[in-house]
Amino acid sequence: MGAEGATNRKPEKRVMTADSPIVLIGVGNEFRTDDGLGPLIAREMRRRGAEGVLILETSGDGPAMIEKWQGVAAVLLVDAICSGAAPGTVHRFDASSKKLPRRYRFVAESHAFGLAEAIEMSRQLHKLPPTAIVYGIEGEQFETGCGLSDRVLKSVPELLTLIETDIRRLRTA
Amino acid sequence: MKSRVINVETLARVEGEGGIHVKITDGAVSEVKVRIYEPPRFFEGFLRGRDYWEAPDITARICGICPVAYQMSSINAMEDAFGMKVEGGLRELRRLLYCGEWIESHVLHVFMLHAPDFLGFEDVLLLAKEKPDVVNMALRMKKAGNDIVALLGGREVHPINARVGGFYKVPTRDELMTLMGNLQWGRDRAAEAARLVSTFPFPDFEQEYDFVSLSHPDEYPFNEGRIVSSSGLDIPVREYEFFFEERHIPHSNALHSVRKGVGPYHVGPMARFNLNFEKLSPLALKTAKEINLTPPVKNPFKSIIVRAIETIFAYEEAIRIIESYQMPERASLDVHIEPGLGFGASEAPRGLLYHRYRINDDGHILDAKIVPPTAQNLPTIESDLRNFIAANLEMDREKLTWASEQAVRNYDPCISCATHFLTLTFEQ
Repeated sequence: MGAEGATNRKPEKRVMTADSPIVLIGVGNEFRTDDGLGPLIAREMRRRGAEGVLILETSGDGPAMIEKWQGVAAVLLVDAICSGAAPGTVHRFDASSKKLPRRYRFVAESHAFGLAEAIEMSRQLHKLPPTAIVYGIEGEQFETGCGLSDRVLKSVPELLTLIETDIRRLRTA
Repeated sequence: MKSRVINVETLARVEGEGGIHVKITDGAVSEVKVRIYEPPRFFEGFLRGRDYWEAPDITARICGICPVAYQMSSINAMEDAFGMKVEGGLRELRRLLYCGEWIESHVLHVFMLHAPDFLGFEDVLLLAKEKPDVVNMALRMKKAGNDIVALLGGREVHPINARVGGFYKVPTRDELMTLMGNLQWGRDRAAEAARLVSTFPFPDFEQEYDFVSLSHPDEYPFNEGRIVSSSGLDIPVREYEFFFEERHIPHSNALHSVRKGVGPYHVGPMARFNLNFEKLSPLALKTAKEINLTPPVKNPFKSIIVRAIETIFAYEEAIRIIESYQMPERASLDVHIEPGLGFGASEAPRGLLYHRYRINDDGHILDAKIVPPTAQNLPTIESDLRNFIAANLEMDREKLTWASEQAVRNYDPCISCATHFLTLTFEQ
């Protein structure tokens, strides 16, 4: 699949001010089964009305992602992950000061320049927000089609709890 | 018999999945394969039975880097079938959309994918560490292209606003003017970038190519013109399949295109530049001359400079279009379905992109053919590899492997685009 397919269907509300210092980006392609995790989480968080959090969706254009988190206090990235763990495994990695482990492969990304490269380039350019957390669920299938596999879907509530806990912590920090 | 193998399992810094395999036997290159193992994607198959108006949005999904090219070639083909001609402001807006795509794609390739090769960095992250100013500049330059596509196409990637007959919605002059500052800034930075990349070290490697691109009497080509070649071909788009054909190759899920009875040919920035040089915009032309880049450019490693020159052109053309923009009264012409064949071509960042559709009375697509630039360049890429490696056999293995990958990246190949075909053979 091409590199940069933005999957957001709703217009982005780009009001980045000091009142919304947290940006959550769902990365993925909703038409590639488990790769739809990122957009699904973004939409669920939007539905829950995460106040003060700017919620965006993208399918993995690295350079464009860097711009989206520029100048914010925290970026939370959600993507389907292939690391060799059991499908459904929930991942959380604090990339604020540590490089993403090599075993993490993000399905949505272009081979050219995707999420992992965007984080590391941002770090090199001193543009990475003070807090940068990557969340994901180990995917099981990435064929064309809509809907997550059962094992991934089952882990979604746990992932949402993790994200909401971090958001609460970040708000009070 | 002494043999050695250069094997790159997965090419880095290209779009899609492929590798290269080169065998050297008794001091001569005996086998070169650019292996394309990304699975076929069957777009031509699932276009069948869809409505004509769906083709621009379906084919845009073939590529996240050049969706505008797919939209434009499919729209050109449909309008050809229906005997329509879109002129004036709507035509200008299409060129503007194309400017956005060229800026995005060329800046990504020049700085993020190709420059690290010349500067000896394994990837752009190391480049960012050593030369953060250059990478910051590139990010902002690319954004100017994304902004055009977002404004005019409805979103940054896989735009949704282009249609047969025009657009679903056209921008106001004020909306377009918001892009101007970044475009002017980008134009000047692009000229700096061209000067910078012209100082890179280039291998001494000139090849004789049959360059093929669109050519228009008055314009550097985007989405209109005849198909011309450096060897004298000059045909309307609808005759493309009389002169070019696609072939199956066992090691590639992408087809290989050749000129019938002639062989490999070369599409992309170098072909456009060599065949349309005088039609470049003023600053692009001036900068090219200043750095002594004039046709014929025959060293594929210098494609990075040509891309930088075309980037200047794309900024200048965008500025020209916005400055003279008068909002069209209607966003689209009326469409009257005419059954029959339609042919369309446009110049994707990577080169000529050909579409052909057959439409029935109801406007349904009966069949489709799409020939992306990377499929057209694959035989030439293999030929370059063969010749480059043969001329550099004394190079140590690691360096030669690196240079071979670089030789592939000269073409900015989009493997995802090239593996969309549908051909199923049943053996019984």
